[in-house]
Amino acid sequence: MKVAITSTGNTLESNLDQRFGRCAYFVVYDTDTKAFEFIPNPNIDAEQGAGPASVNLVASRDVQKIISGEFGMKVKPILDSLKIQMVVLKDPEKQIKDIIEMLKH
Amino acid sequence: MTGNIKIAIASGKGGTGKTLVSTNLFYLLQQQGYVVTLVDCDAEEPNAMVFFDGKVEKTNDIKQKIPVIDASKCTFCGKCHEYCNYNAIFLLPESEIISVIEDLCHGCGACSVACNAGAISEKDVSLGIVTSFRVSEKSKIIEARMKVGVYSPVSIIKEANKEAGNHGIIIMDSPPGTSCPFIQTVSTADYVILVTEPTPFGLSDLKQSVNTLKTMSKSYGVIINRAGLGDKAIYSYLQQESIPLLLEIPFDKTIASAYSRGKIVLEHNPQLLQSFATMLTAILEKYGNRHNQR
Repeated sequence: MKVAITSTGNTLESNLDQRFGRCAYFVVYDTDTKAFEFIPNPNIDAEQGAGPASVNLVASRDVQKIISGEFGMKVKPILDSLKIQMVVLKDPEKQIKDIIEMLKH
Repeated sequence: MTGNIKIAIASGKGGTGKTLVSTNLFYLLQQQGYVVTLVDCDAEEPNAMVFFDGKVEKTNDIKQKIPVIDASKCTFCGKCHEYCNYNAIFLLPESEIISVIEDLCHGCGACSVACNAGAISEKDVSLGIVTSFRVSEKSKIIEARMKVGVYSPVSIIKEANKEAGNHGIIIMDSPPGTSCPFIQTVSTADYVILVTEPTPFGLSDLKQSVNTLKTMSKSYGVIINRAGLGDKAIYSYLQQESIPLLLEIPFDKTIASAYSRGKIVLEHNPQLLQSFATMLTAILEKYGNRHNQR
């Protein structure tokens, strides 16, 4: 299963980005192959609709779960219809490698 | 006396007294026999009609076109998604999913132009209502009222100002802030009255309004409401920037009390009435009969 994690930077030491639609990077982590990829978020400066556009991006990568600090109100119905699970983690200090570690167990 | 002029009453900060000034100016102009229209552009919560009685003359339902996509005709080419500047089309070609996020749509119609498969038609969605009230033979109020849940009042404000036309004196009660609704309101004004209060918040938001009006090359002056409250920083700022101080409305419980009961303060306050009249004469002499810039 592929999981998207919002990240403030493009290293495993970066923190979990608390915003979904306007996060700096998405980490796409594959729990089966343990492979991960950092994707810069092109929607960070979008005038509007950053959330749905970001769903578009991660959904096109077959992600089934998203971990972030907060999701906007336009995003939820789209994720529900796509059967993508939202995981809210209110911990700005959490590093990407910690979250990946948590997903392994 | 005649004159065609559009005066916008605005402020950065909310609750400084825009509606107090707008409704009292409207009252004064009525008393002086002018042909006057008050446009309540504060479409999120219009309240000018709390202060006046009027008869509904006309209502306009303001609509916007929203695309309807027939997924069975869609080829998932992605052209509409690419044309949309507002991220309003959600598309996953691999899963053959396409949908319109109506809240994000600005009704520009670009997606319909983009579609070569004939999959996009349009429907009307109501954004709000513009109502014209006849208050007296020479005066009317036009109210812009947006629907709950609509994201931007801009198109409703635009329609309300269109409805007001160009005849006589037009007073526009602007929404607070310095974003699009404010800009839409003041864009057609010949003169802008900024209402503020002598507090740090009042000053901070006044500066933002002034900076916005400067980039729009508008003429403006300032009314300080609740004068006597707070500090003197706002006066130094006005002096430093050479911004005319049009009027001070004292911090006075009788004014607040009358206003809170939906009364026109000038009716029972001859001193303030005189100050309003002096300010109005000066504005009309200097800016009246000028053709608005847009």
